[in-house]
Amino acid sequence: MPKDDIKEFRLVGTRPNRPDGLDKVTGRARYGADITAPGMLWGAVLRSPHAHAKILKIDTSKAEALSGVKAVVTRADFPTGLTGEEWNLQENTMAGEKALYDGHAIAAVAATSSLIAQEAVRLIKVDYEVLPHVTDVDDAIKPDAPVIREGAADASVPEGMPPNVVKYFEFGRGDMEAGFKDADLVMERSFKTEATHQGYIEPHACLGQLGADGKGEMWVCTQGQWFIRQMCSAVLGLNAAQLRVTPSEIGGGFGGKTTIFMEPLSLALSQKAGGRPVKIVMSRSEVLRATGPTASASMDVKIGMTKDGKLTAARAEFRMQGGAFPGAPVDMALYCSLAPYKIENVEHIGYDVLANRPKCAAYRAPGSPMGAFAVESLIDEMCRKLDLDPMEVRLKNAVREGDQASYGPTFGSIGLVEVLEATAKHPNLAVPLGPNQGRGVASGYWFNHNGETSVSMAISEDGTAQVSVGTPDIGGSRASIALMVAETLGIAYEDVRVNVVETGALGVNEPTHGSRATFATGKAATIAARAAIKEMCRRAANEWGIDEDAVEWVEGAAQPAGPNAGNYPPMSIKDIAKNMGATGGPISGHHESVPDGVGASFGCHVVDVEVDPETGLTKILRYLVVQDAGRAIHPSYVEGQYQGGAVQGIGWALNEEYVYGKDGRLQNPIFLDYRMPVASDLPMIDTMIVEVPNPGHPFGVRGVGETGITPPLPAIANAIQGATGLRMSHLPMTPTKVLAALKASQE
Amino acid sequence: MDFHTPSSFEDASKLAAEATGLTRFLAGGTDVLVQMRSGTVLPDTLIDLKLIPGTQGITRTPDGGWRIGIAVSGARLGDHAELIADWPGVVEGMELVGSTQVQGRATLVGNLCNGSPAADSVPGLVAAQASVEITGLTGVRTVPVEDIPAGPGKTTLQPGDVISGILIPPRGEHAGDAYQRFTPRTEMDIAVAGCAISLRVDGDTISEARVAVGAVAPTVRLVPDAAAALIGSTLDDAAIDALVAAVRAACNPIDDKRGTAEFRTEVAGVLAKRVAKIAYGRAKGEAQ
Repeated sequence: MPKDDIKEFRLVGTRPNRPDGLDKVTGRARYGADITAPGMLWGAVLRSPHAHAKILKIDTSKAEALSGVKAVVTRADFPTGLTGEEWNLQENTMAGEKALYDGHAIAAVAATSSLIAQEAVRLIKVDYEVLPHVTDVDDAIKPDAPVIREGAADASVPEGMPPNVVKYFEFGRGDMEAGFKDADLVMERSFKTEATHQGYIEPHACLGQLGADGKGEMWVCTQGQWFIRQMCSAVLGLNAAQLRVTPSEIGGGFGGKTTIFMEPLSLALSQKAGGRPVKIVMSRSEVLRATGPTASASMDVKIGMTKDGKLTAARAEFRMQGGAFPGAPVDMALYCSLAPYKIENVEHIGYDVLANRPKCAAYRAPGSPMGAFAVESLIDEMCRKLDLDPMEVRLKNAVREGDQASYGPTFGSIGLVEVLEATAKHPNLAVPLGPNQGRGVASGYWFNHNGETSVSMAISEDGTAQVSVGTPDIGGSRASIALMVAETLGIAYEDVRVNVVETGALGVNEPTHGSRATFATGKAATIAARAAIKEMCRRAANEWGIDEDAVEWVEGAAQPAGPNAGNYPPMSIKDIAKNMGATGGPISGHHESVPDGVGASFGCHVVDVEVDPETGLTKILRYLVVQDAGRAIHPSYVEGQYQGGAVQGIGWALNEEYVYGKDGRLQNPIFLDYRMPVASDLPMIDTMIVEVPNPGHPFGVRGVGETGITPPLPAIANAIQGATGLRMSHLPMTPTKVLAALKASQE
Repeated sequence: MDFHTPSSFEDASKLAAEATGLTRFLAGGTDVLVQMRSGTVLPDTLIDLKLIPGTQGITRTPDGGWRIGIAVSGARLGDHAELIADWPGVVEGMELVGSTQVQGRATLVGNLCNGSPAADSVPGLVAAQASVEITGLTGVRTVPVEDIPAGPGKTTLQPGDVISGILIPPRGEHAGDAYQRFTPRTEMDIAVAGCAISLRVDGDTISEARVAVGAVAPTVRLVPDAAAALIGSTLDDAAIDALVAAVRAACNPIDDKRGTAEFRTEVAGVLAKRVAKIAYGRAKGEAQ
């Protein structure tokens, strides 16, 4: 699609109320757990208390005998013979021969009440043979570590690697030796980050119904109803077209709701209970123990820099565990880690390692925050050593359009330089710092994503428009899509309603992930609106008896495209809609594709902290997010994404972590001890939207959801070094760790 | 599960003594209900005390002290100007418990009987030399607050014992108290270490003091050596150093997900120093 030349928009860039606002502030919005059905049963799941254990026997007889229990399922109720990722999903849904982590599902019950279901779960007796376990990535990669699964490695893993390495990545370019030789300073450091959870406020919830005929329904809180359909069908051996999945409103996802956990269990229980619908709502502890947190990482980085700040070579070697299954985002971490920099000589090595932890899911820019923590921390330390301004060094080495990215492809239009220049001018950088205070900066990157996209829109009889989209609205996408469609049609924002529809209503849509909804669904909706305009122009042309190419669409009306085309007054969308029955029937527009023209997004964050030298407590004094949005369709939601990414990154940097005990059990499966930031921990997060339009989108959209979580980890570490002189290389930088480091540095 | 709503503490005591299996009293319910929902505690008998007359009251006792009903919420304590004027440290400890919503239900007695070493309201009560009135099978008796906790999740209360009121002594002149805790977050968190100090001054000199620490031992602890370090001093540097050393010496914490033993011990000393300054300022009538 050619770049749109229109620079001034009527609606795009304004901030109307969100269409789902009233329902959400009045409590009327229906989330996953709000869905009920006649004859509904309640499901509950028995979970492994062991990190690694052979399942010798499951005795469900007492549970089945309990009054009110209608079905009990174990892995024996699932089809066999699955392979690859489908087997992984099935195995994670319900343990087979072994429990692979604390919280792994062992059996599930459906009963007439939630209390009976929970009681029945307690009546199931499981004989385990407890096996040695491993939860730390550096322990899991040792040659003599407990083996999670034989034969899990794919073809990328060379002979002789430790048994828990299941994927291996190696890529780069240039001459590393020569690159490091050209440097005036070469530094090498090791870093660790701990697993964190997305921490969405709404726990997973679903209501599944499946009959003996293999026809089923599911209502579920998810980022992607087609993913739920495809994955449940695969795991249960169903015909995908016979399963209809309807998404609820969603109380946060951040990538964690792009896969299945207990959804197939509700379907399996329903089928066994004669087709009665079965509702399963996870507790917060279940969410933390048994859904998909992000990976933990152990990373070595080596960088060469000249005394005037030019990067000459960089080597990154990352090891990540993403639980007991392949899929740690080590590749993404490697791709993103050096992406902001133009470096001739780069080498990337990555290991995906199994450990006795829950199967990781996507979490906002999967992998990128870890890689940024390692690279941006080391670059900052080198700037301090060489007495260079970290902003100037970032600008000096910044990638521009046409540069080859560190991970291979050539960048199209990107806005890193614009972001860095805008950051350097922001007043936050001029605020003087007091004692025990420090300032840190860091850059971040995310590719953004397109994905399968199908959108339909239709003109109503009164000239308003409805749009059917397949991407659940997590971050305000209904408002943004309504703005784009209204802008295109030339009608009011309030005259467009965007509906997130079930799987029966559209072709396959990937979930709302990869920061794609406003880009991909927005682009498809705009093209669909253009198709409807073309049809409306045709109806006007027929009415006027002129050639349809002689009709243009201006401000919500068809009109002759000039004096030669004919002399007719404009025919408004209302006029055309009113007569649609007599002029050829319903008017709609449709588009489906994997939209091309994805635009990557760079960001830069600046944070000021104060560290209490007596307790090691880090307080965030002020925080600035600057990021290239391409075009901010609804700037309030763009700012919200920037702020949300920053806050999740602050939590990851300072306090959030999965803490496993020596017994391999998760020690902190509640929000009291899994310490996400609370509102009073934070200042208002300052934001600045940079707009370097993406030529691949009709309005210039890049996608803004993910980049924002990438810079906070290193930015805060860099600020702590400014405040204390300490280089913290292991997240989270808790008061305990900072105080211990302060004490050690004073000895 | 049996659920009772007795109308007197004597009845509550009898019900508890006669119950079999696991019994829990319900005041605010902010611990018990959460434990039940998470499945960690599933009582066979629940005895709701809130309907007993007088349990919602905050009253002056004839000697000038205070009697606080067992169902008085943190929010009500925080609204009571006279009580805050007397015992700001006691009230600020309770106000740190939970969120605004939890404050509407949570009680001092519940915080005490939950048996957590990290209970935020308990060090302030101990420093204030508060006691609890216990209605038991053999009658009513009064016990110092510091004698109630027996270890994490455990109390010294016997079957049939039910706390029927909290008694805080008269404040008297030239006195002040304070409580602070350390948490990695500003709220909605649990103390990694806590310290409460109550003291009285004679001019600039500290004449009486009680120091209590929380979350650094199996129970909240009264630290007489720390009090001794303050008494007779003007809170000079030497006294503060002695206070910090005595507090750290009294610490016997665990390493866990909330903090290491070393960290808890270190920070308990820091808190003692900070809290002593606030209590001293309050005792001298300086606005704090």
